[in-house]
Amino acid sequence: MSDLNQLYSEIIMEHYENSPNRRELENPTIKERGHNPLCGDDITLELKMNGDVIEDASFVGHGCAISQASTSMMCDLIKGKNKKEALKLVEKFIDMIHKKDVDLDELGDAQVLQGVSDFPARVKCALLAWKTLEKII
Amino acid sequence: MLDILKIKDDFPILKTSPHGKKLIYFDNAATTQKPTQVVEAVADYYKKYNANVYRSPHYLSTLSTESYEEAREAVKRFINAKTSESIVFTRNATESINFIAYTWGLKHIGEGDVIVLTIAEHHSNILPWQMVAEKKGAKLKYVHLDEDSRLDLDEFKRTISEGHVKLVAVQHASNVLGIINPVDEIIDLSHRNGAKVLIDGAQSIPNMKIDVEKLGCDFYAFSGHKMLGPMGIGVLYIKEDLLDDVPPFLSGGEMIDEVFEDHSTFAPSPLKFEAGTPNVEGAYGLIKAIEYIEGIGLDNILKHEQELTEYALSKLVEIDYVKLYGPKNAENRTGIISFNVLNVHPHDVATILDQDGIAVRSGHHCCQPLMRYLGVPATVRASFYIYNDKSEVDAFVDGLKDVRKWFR
Ligand SMILES: Cc1ncc(COP(=O)(O)O)c(C=O)c1O
Repeated sequence: MSDLNQLYSEIIMEHYENSPNRRELENPTIKERGHNPLCGDDITLELKMNGDVIEDASFVGHGCAISQASTSMMCDLIKGKNKKEALKLVEKFIDMIHKKDVDLDELGDAQVLQGVSDFPARVKCALLAWKTLEKII
Repeated sequence: MLDILKIKDDFPILKTSPHGKKLIYFDNAATTQKPTQVVEAVADYYKKYNANVYRSPHYLSTLSTESYEEAREAVKRFINAKTSESIVFTRNATESINFIAYTWGLKHIGEGDVIVLTIAEHHSNILPWQMVAEKKGAKLKYVHLDEDSRLDLDEFKRTISEGHVKLVAVQHASNVLGIINPVDEIIDLSHRNGAKVLIDGAQSIPNMKIDVEKLGCDFYAFSGHKMLGPMGIGVLYIKEDLLDDVPPFLSGGEMIDEVFEDHSTFAPSPLKFEAGTPNVEGAYGLIKAIEYIEGIGLDNILKHEQELTEYALSKLVEIDYVKLYGPKNAENRTGIISFNVLNVHPHDVATILDQDGIAVRSGHHCCQPLMRYLGVPATVRASFYIYNDKSEVDAFVDGLKDVRKWFR
């Protein structure tokens, strides 16, 4: 059960159930759908850019707790970052999920998803948002 | 009553302990586990009989060829085909269906023709027909379900009577809802309307006595791995009078009569349908799977699945946060239950059950049109087989109660 405690921690459930980032932006600069055909996680990521800076980020869609919480946490994290900074965070997150040694502090809430690395069947869920972001910035 | 303890003992994998828990394997619709008899047969083949088939005149090649042909005979008896020429070995049900789509389908289905499917078909019995429809300008028509989630036979009758139907391709049993389709009636109606019938038997071969002679279907497709057999061996049954109407699928070695520089003639059936070195160890393992299943008896297997289904349904309807899909009772149905836990994604349900050692599947089960029709992106699926028992169902129901602990 301790493993599940990591996977479904308080903070992950909070992002899953009550994410302020689950909304549509008024005039998104970029909108991109990401989905995992096998498990059915399906999100649309919306970004409002100000030049090189991500001014606002949000998402809509449906899927498992891991995919939705991960998306919400990512939105929190990338707001106010420029593209280069955001890409660095994406890289860090992917490394963390693949059990590489990284400094977790910069990942904010998203560092609690480290536990997913012990659930190989769920890695794709955690990565969905980040891979989607990687494609569009 | 099956002797579950004795059966369990034949399956070494059931003694493994995922996450330190006793394994409860409820993912049998995806693939069944293999009894020692099958595992050892595959090893035996390589220890004692291995050589290429048909080609060489030496001792081992004779044994290998005999093993392979013995498997064909075993399958012929198992599904009561008139002749072993009708039994073609493939990799799986998917390949068997593609086989007919690419050969008979592309040859005989033309512009304006109609292919009838059901909305519950597995992608493996949809995509090949989409390919034929697109290439030949034919049309796909889907038959839907009634209020009890069973095939709407009236809609089928209307569809078939609208004319131009060249082929009806239906599953014998659904891998999501467990429903058993009235294939006798479907085949009869189709033939009376001039259509050929392909039956996807992937989910019926493990638990129902199949008699292709009595059914009268034109093509029957199934996989060995869903009936205790090895992976990578499947069967395509082609009715005797159609053997000449079906062109070869792949070409090359083994399937020829004579080869000239610019053309060739083919071997007789079934060899003309089997190009290249086949999966002999898979075929040999399949013999033991058939023996094992027949030893238990298909009637007993279906009855056992239905008993477990009924038991599980009676427990699940009591839980108000479980939504069930499919018919309300276990009659005329295989051991498959699809459901959702309210406000919890199926993937999360499956992960939490997995921590208890309970293996279920979550997702769309290769049936996206059905999922869309049911109005859900995905479900959890528990599917039972001969080694499952009621105490496992109890553990599974308890596990579902745990799921809710993680989600408020
Ligand atoms: C109804 C049905 N048809 C076809 C298939 C395809 O079987 P296979 O993957 O062995 O080709 C399956 C199995 O997933 C099935 O359940």
